Amino acid sequence: MESEVATDATPGSTSRGPGPAGALSAWEGMARQYDYWLTVLKRTWRGGVVSSFLTPLLYVVAMGVLLGGFIEGDPDKLEGATSYLAFVVPGLVASHAMTIAVSESTYPVMGAIKWHKTFYAQLATPLAVRDLVNAFIGFVMFRVASACAVFMLVIAPFGVFATWWGPILAWLSQVLVGFAFATLVFAYSARLRSEEGFGVLFRLGVIPLTLFSGAFFPIGNLGPVLEWLARLTPLWHGVSLSRMFCVGQVDWSLALLHVVVLATLTVVGWFLAVRNLDRRLEV
Amino acid sequence: MALLQDIPAPLTPAAATRVLVLRNYVVYKDAWKLFITGFLEPVFYLFSIGIGVGQLIDTFEFHGEAVPYAEFVAPAMLATSAFNGALLDSTYNVFFKMKYEKLYDQMLATPLSTSDIARGEIAWGLMRGSVYSAAFLVVMAAMGLTSSWWALLALPATILIAFAFSAVCMAVTTWMKSWQDFDKITLVQMPLFLFSATFFPVEAFGDGVLRWVVEATPLYRGVVLCRELTTGVVTWESAVSVVYLVAMGIIGLLVVRRRLDKLLLT
Repeated sequence: MESEVATDATPGSTSRGPGPAGALSAWEGMARQYDYWLTVLKRTWRGGVVSSFLTPLLYVVAMGVLLGGFIEGDPDKLEGATSYLAFVVPGLVASHAMTIAVSESTYPVMGAIKWHKTFYAQLATPLAVRDLVNAFIGFVMFRVASACAVFMLVIAPFGVFATWWGPILAWLSQVLVGFAFATLVFAYSARLRSEEGFGVLFRLGVIPLTLFSGAFFPIGNLGPVLEWLARLTPLWHGVSLSRMFCVGQVDWSLALLHVVVLATLTVVGWFLAVRNLDRRLEV
Repeated sequence: MALLQDIPAPLTPAAATRVLVLRNYVVYKDAWKLFITGFLEPVFYLFSIGIGVGQLIDTFEFHGEAVPYAEFVAPAMLATSAFNGALLDSTYNVFFKMKYEKLYDQMLATPLSTSDIARGEIAWGLMRGSVYSAAFLVVMAAMGLTSSWWALLALPATILIAFAFSAVCMAVTTWMKSWQDFDKITLVQMPLFLFSATFFPVEAFGDGVLRWVVEATPLYRGVVLCRELTTGVVTWESAVSVVYLVAMGIIGLLVVRRRLDKLLLT
């Protein structure tokens, strides 16, 4: 009996992680869930239209255009931007990327574990925990990337971008912000037992990050201590990166640091996500 | 539930309201983390927009007086937090209780009536909201953002704002069919939040029709009322705002009662 279990490495068996011979490759594991997530998208995209597209646009008009009309476009005070609108837009899109990534990897993750139990169903197939995480994050990132792309396209006619290539790199940095938050928050949600923790995450994490990571004003205005605290937050790296590219004043060594920080967080987040989900589903 | 024992059998409206408030208190006690952090949200906005963005702006004119930006934004945050709180409580929560928990159906099997339910739910929302508002006013005063004793009246003003919106939103919720319908709530909530002279003066809309539209919206009335009280520039316009909000609340309450009668008693 024992020897039978030891040699039994066929895909349909109890293999959990990236299993031995016969297990799916990471790519195949993701691709097999394509039709499932496409169906989810078809059935839910309408709900995201208001929050993904309309809300940020209203913010641009209110904060960027109307409030910006009262703010002097001084590049020295606005990190190189020549108007408040040009200053605020790249930050808004970056924090928008974070918000979508976080909302898509909180309740839906808990739902897949606790309410609909989708993850258990998927795990009963040849898919491994790693594949579930990959496909889930892939879906979240499709949402983030498409919402940010639409946002950037809508903003383009306002004439706030300094170069044509800047916004493309800025969009990639927003996607990177999405990756970092989606993986880290997935890891958090996979451990959480009660949804009350999400309310706290939004109020003590997402909202302060949105407000104090340099999206609405230069973090220099916070005073020396809080400024350094803001520099330590992942969103600031994304906001700064996104803004440098949009405004067209790139400090390449700083940009490299931002990319390294966000990429590191993504990798750490992914490993934690896989590990936490694996432990959770064992029960 | 010793508290419930001394309630007379045919319920008076006051006793009925008390039962409902008590019920909500018992349920809400477990979610104290959400309660505490709910207070932080407007404070974060105040620090971020008022102080961070405030360094990019000198002062704004309000009724002919120069007001520093933080002092301009703070009363708006006070008013909008009362608005947001009332809105959340009287839409999502009410919808959940009505449609999924079937809580109101259960309550109607007791001596409670539909108007008791409407009154009780709104009273609870107002009590919860006024705790937040009072705390926020204390923060404002501590930061030196209130420049008149009129500011004390800002607390009843926020309760009035919350009352007007709770009643109307609860009425609107009775027509909701699914969670998708809540998109429409967001669709109204966001523009009200952003364009009610919250972050910039109403003069930004020019002198045309647009400005008149903004001045006729309920949240604008609430924001201006709070701003008039905390800066001490009280005018006749303040009375207009008060009458407006009172009327809005009463109409809302009447509609809620009629709708609940129709939905739950027929």
